[in-house]
Amino acid sequence: MLSQQDMLEAERHGRQVRSIYVYEAPVRLWHWINAAAMVVLAVTGYLIGKPLPTVPGEAADNFLLGYLRFAHFAAGYVFAIGLVARVYWAFVGNHHARQIFMLPISNKAWWSEVLFELRWYLFLEKHPKKYVGHNPMAQLMMFFFFTILAFGMLVTGFALYSEGAGLGSWSDSLFGWVLPLLGGSMQTHSWHRLGMWIMMSFVLLHVYAAIREDIMSRQSLISTMVSGWRMFKD
Amino acid sequence: MTETFYDVLRRQGITRRSFLKFCSLTATSLGLGAAAAPRIAHAMENKPRTPVLWLHGLECTCCSESFIRSAHPLTKDVVLSMLSLDYDDTLMAAAGHQAEAIIEEIKRKYKGNYIVAVEGNPPLNEDGMFCIQGGRPFIDKLKETCADAKAIISWGSCASYGCVQAAKPNPTRATPVHKVITGKPIINVPGCPPIAEVMTGVVTYMLTFDRIPELDRQGRPKMFYGQRIHDKCYRRGHFDAGQFAEAWDDEGARKGYCLYKMGCKGPTTYNACSSMRWNGGVSWPVQSGHGCIGCSEDGFWDKGSFYDRVTDIKQFGVESNADQVGGTVAAVTGAAIAAHAAVTALARARNKNETNGE
Repeated sequence: MLSQQDMLEAERHGRQVRSIYVYEAPVRLWHWINAAAMVVLAVTGYLIGKPLPTVPGEAADNFLLGYLRFAHFAAGYVFAIGLVARVYWAFVGNHHARQIFMLPISNKAWWSEVLFELRWYLFLEKHPKKYVGHNPMAQLMMFFFFTILAFGMLVTGFALYSEGAGLGSWSDSLFGWVLPLLGGSMQTHSWHRLGMWIMMSFVLLHVYAAIREDIMSRQSLISTMVSGWRMFKD
Repeated sequence: MTETFYDVLRRQGITRRSFLKFCSLTATSLGLGAAAAPRIAHAMENKPRTPVLWLHGLECTCCSESFIRSAHPLTKDVVLSMLSLDYDDTLMAAAGHQAEAIIEEIKRKYKGNYIVAVEGNPPLNEDGMFCIQGGRPFIDKLKETCADAKAIISWGSCASYGCVQAAKPNPTRATPVHKVITGKPIINVPGCPPIAEVMTGVVTYMLTFDRIPELDRQGRPKMFYGQRIHDKCYRRGHFDAGQFAEAWDDEGARKGYCLYKMGCKGPTTYNACSSMRWNGGVSWPVQSGHGCIGCSEDGFWDKGSFYDRVTDIKQFGVESNADQVGGTVAAVTGAAIAAHAAVTALARARNKNETNGE
């Protein structure tokens, strides 16, 4: 529904104004803060699980793992608060702000658009379509490999955080139930780490698709997340 | 007239001085402070003994071995007398029908007022035929004995989680106590075995205050299982500094650096080892130079190697850990992207040629 409407909108506007305001400032700001937080989280998280070689000198003079853990927890808070703020913006922002939280799964036209995009990525379509927001394929990826996964990382992350914060801490009260549910602390660590790898795979795909479509498709992508405006090339 | 604990202790020749020492040590180990010692003494002098029926399912008796080594003064005598251990098929003198008759008697005389301590667990496969006691499956005995109990203590990882006999593929379907007994307060005291003073501490708490200790989500007493080994480990300073033993007997290991990279499960294990230690506070695994194996965690036999930090995730069917699975996913994604980009570039170049040719 949305995509078809968007498509018509894009075609109509493309002839006249050649650009549409898509991503409002809070969405753009969140996107880049979130990206930075995720880089810090992935690097520090990897090093917490597999630390660097032993630091020389006295224990009292070093605090490497301490700082890494601090950076991980601080970035985790930024990531979590950002995600909550982003959910809030989905309610008050424009309709593009809701795209990554809802899939129009009952819409047949949307599914055929997904198939079209699949064919486009399989080199079976010669000419790409125009979209104002995410293309349906991107929306599908976003929903499962970012939105759902991000909440999974948030829940497992704070469950692990509660282990250090202690019984009765806010993170324990809210997320402590996750540990026994997943089969214990060790399992939760493993799933959290696996989630990191899947998230990083998503980042690879996301960056590749953004660059590729920026070049190949008939609209701007990367600059849109900076300025908020979607430019149409023809 | 039922005897009090103090009566029994005195009868067994334990001096009042030793008795009071025990009370103050117990108060300390429970983290209750000096004021609680007289209350413990008062309770033990006045309360009738609560009978404890100690059952043994599928187990190795390491819990009993640990229990009888409680390092408080006058260990065995005090602890065994305190408990009013009316039935324990490993320790009791009676045997056969005489022994089994005690269960019936306690159930009748102390209905709803006795404690069942279970060491080991019942196997459920083949109608419980993998553990037969007195000519019938242990599961039947367990259910009958627990029916009129005030509370149930699950000793060790066997009773709490299943432990080694419930490790995959669990051929006998060994099942933790709380999954077969419902509607009764159950205290899980995991560990393989649990620390002796933790065991006596739990029992003393229940007898003294006449209630079960505060439990966490997994039914474990918060006072002993509220924190991880890692949280109170004396090597934690080396962890925070980033100093690790990288191999057995390397420089770091000799200097007593953190055993995290050697697979220590301290950061994922809830127990009191790092604060209470073992064998009367003599030592404990990490102090002896070996990482924690996480024996008090649910399903610890099925959580991969004792010597890896990033351990295997069995859900994938093959032996592989998060880094192997996730790293493969990331590498395949990267390769796919490279290939896709190459094809895109080729297709684009060909398209351009076609356009130019037109």
